[in-house]
Amino acid sequence: MLEIKNLHAGISGKNILQGINLKVNAGEVHAIMGPNGSGKSTLSQVLAGRETYQVTEGEILYQGQDLLEMAPEERAREGIFMAFQYPVEIPGVNNTYFLKAALNAVRKHRGEPEFDAMDFLKLVRAKLKLMEMDESLINRSVNEGFSGGEKKRNEIFHMAVLDPKLAILDETDSGLDIDALKTVAKGVNTLRSPERAMIVITHYQRLLNYIVPDFVHVLSGGKIVKSGGKELALDLEAKGYAWLEEAVSAAR
Amino acid sequence: MMIEAIQETENYISNFAGFEKSRASNDPAWLNELRRSALDSFLRLGFPTTHDEEWRFTSVAPITKVPFKLAADGKDPSSAELMSFTFGTWPGIQLVFVNGRYSVTLSSNPTQPNGVFVGSLAEALEKQADRVQPHLARYASGSEEPFAALNTAFVSDGAFIYLPKGCVVDEPIHLLFLSCGERSEPRVCHPRTLVLAEANSQVRILESYARLGEGVSFTNAVTELVAEENAFVDHYKLQRESLEAFHVGTVQAQLGRSANVSTQTISLGGSLVRNNVNAVLGGEGGEAALNGFYLVNGRQHVDNHTSIDHAKPHCNSHELYKGILDGQARGVFNGRIVVRPDAQKTDSKQTNKNLILSEEALVNTNPQLEIYADDVKCTHGATIGQLDADAIFYLRSRGIDLESARHLLTYAFAGDFIHRLRIDPLRVALETSLFARLAEDQEER
Repeated sequence: MLEIKNLHAGISGKNILQGINLKVNAGEVHAIMGPNGSGKSTLSQVLAGRETYQVTEGEILYQGQDLLEMAPEERAREGIFMAFQYPVEIPGVNNTYFLKAALNAVRKHRGEPEFDAMDFLKLVRAKLKLMEMDESLINRSVNEGFSGGEKKRNEIFHMAVLDPKLAILDETDSGLDIDALKTVAKGVNTLRSPERAMIVITHYQRLLNYIVPDFVHVLSGGKIVKSGGKELALDLEAKGYAWLEEAVSAAR
Repeated sequence: MMIEAIQETENYISNFAGFEKSRASNDPAWLNELRRSALDSFLRLGFPTTHDEEWRFTSVAPITKVPFKLAADGKDPSSAELMSFTFGTWPGIQLVFVNGRYSVTLSSNPTQPNGVFVGSLAEALEKQADRVQPHLARYASGSEEPFAALNTAFVSDGAFIYLPKGCVVDEPIHLLFLSCGERSEPRVCHPRTLVLAEANSQVRILESYARLGEGVSFTNAVTELVAEENAFVDHYKLQRESLEAFHVGTVQAQLGRSANVSTQTISLGGSLVRNNVNAVLGGEGGEAALNGFYLVNGRQHVDNHTSIDHAKPHCNSHELYKGILDGQARGVFNGRIVVRPDAQKTDSKQTNKNLILSEEALVNTNPQLEIYADDVKCTHGATIGQLDADAIFYLRSRGIDLESARHLLTYAFAGDFIHRLRIDPLRVALETSLFARLAEDQEER
């Protein structure tokens, strides 16, 4: 579904990603771990289409199409979803109204009929129930006055409503206590399916106890230095990033 | 320069001569004297120039160079023509004024219980002068302000609202001021509103100003709101005249002990608009809220000058003015707050937020605090900014295109003000029309 080939990218003249290669197929959950500064944010922002980041080399194919040619809204309409690390507060924009506009934009793009307000509310209620989230979310402004945990939960709720093909979770666990983490993970796991792919970007291994990945990749210095199965995450947890960096330089 | 100034006022002197002649014999001496004295103030002050501190960013040349004649008494518009201005069926009393003159046929004014009077100022001047005289032009005479002076010089009709002690009018009152006239004859009218809310009374009032017909027009309005002890006056002024209209208005609120006045000024139309909104907290424990919203595009110019006088202790004041500026429009906000030496425990907050949507729109925002007491809380803040890039990206990342995202965020900025309006038909109408207008403006971008 997603193929990243030799991706080099940076911001304000700084090169951060130094040649990323990654293949993600439907049904797979890939975890990307790395220390601070390794390029995790850059990777997710480039995938989402943030214009402040520049791609200097390489390509990204999504379902065979050139992703880098697609505007952020196009990517969303083609089924890409990003759960942000720091979701923005948008006072005055109703959560439900905005989601309906988003979903209808996606459905229109796919040639499917749009939801009217009533049908959409039914859908929202159903998804909230599925996610075990509170109905108070319906009338609030997007993320306004939400705690960190609520913001992350809201991201996953958006994902449930928008039904994407490829979901990128950018440090969804950062700033969450164990209970909030469990709730968010539960929501994500409910959305796992053979048709859907997920990229879970995280600094800490702990999240991966709850969202168990099929593949783990370690990002360091803008490159993926090691890939493996879920045991790799446990190794990293036990030995730390420094161990891996030494092992990699020794191998060179 | 001097000669030009004289020529500009000449036009109004000749307007006055004709006006005085037609009225003097019918009107009481005190009223004629009030008008003469106001004309003298006007001539003494003259029209302001941009050398005047209060008019630094707003030139009135476009107004003064047109020889406006007093609006003539003509045919009333039809009810059908009124429909776009009445918010569907207004739930309460609705008075309609055509070029400042009360229209019996177009108004819906059932008799009020308990001595409440809502009706024509002209009629009140005739039949309840003893009630009107102590207050008319007592608070906004124009001795310091030429446009208010001009209005007072020509005072003849408008609205008078009187609430005796303890009376509450449940449904909001709508005062619709329509300026009617054709392109060939530029007209000026001077509508006057006087609200006298005695102790413990309560009322909501919407003044709306609109235009029927093409061409330039000049509305020079003055509203005096008198709220006696513990009275509640919730006042709204909606200006949505055509893009060729000139509008200068003064809203003057006088608060007694524990009185509560809130006044909202919404400016959507007009080519050149100046709103003077003043509140005097003349009794302990009073509360004044002065809020405003302006939406300007093209070459519109809207100037909001507010002033709050904390003359007594333990009073609160609160101001929130929000503006959206596009095209080559100009906005001005000047918020003056005076806290007198004895006004201890004053609590005052002033905020002006501006959203700029184009490269050429400009806003000047200026707080003016004069604090002479020492145990007070006075905060003020102003922002001038563009749409939040992070918010736009977030919306786009969910599938909403750039234009729609901008529209949504712009509407959210306005919505924050509009959603708080406490007259339902007004709020609903504005939510809809604003949403549509912002979408149009967005498309033209």
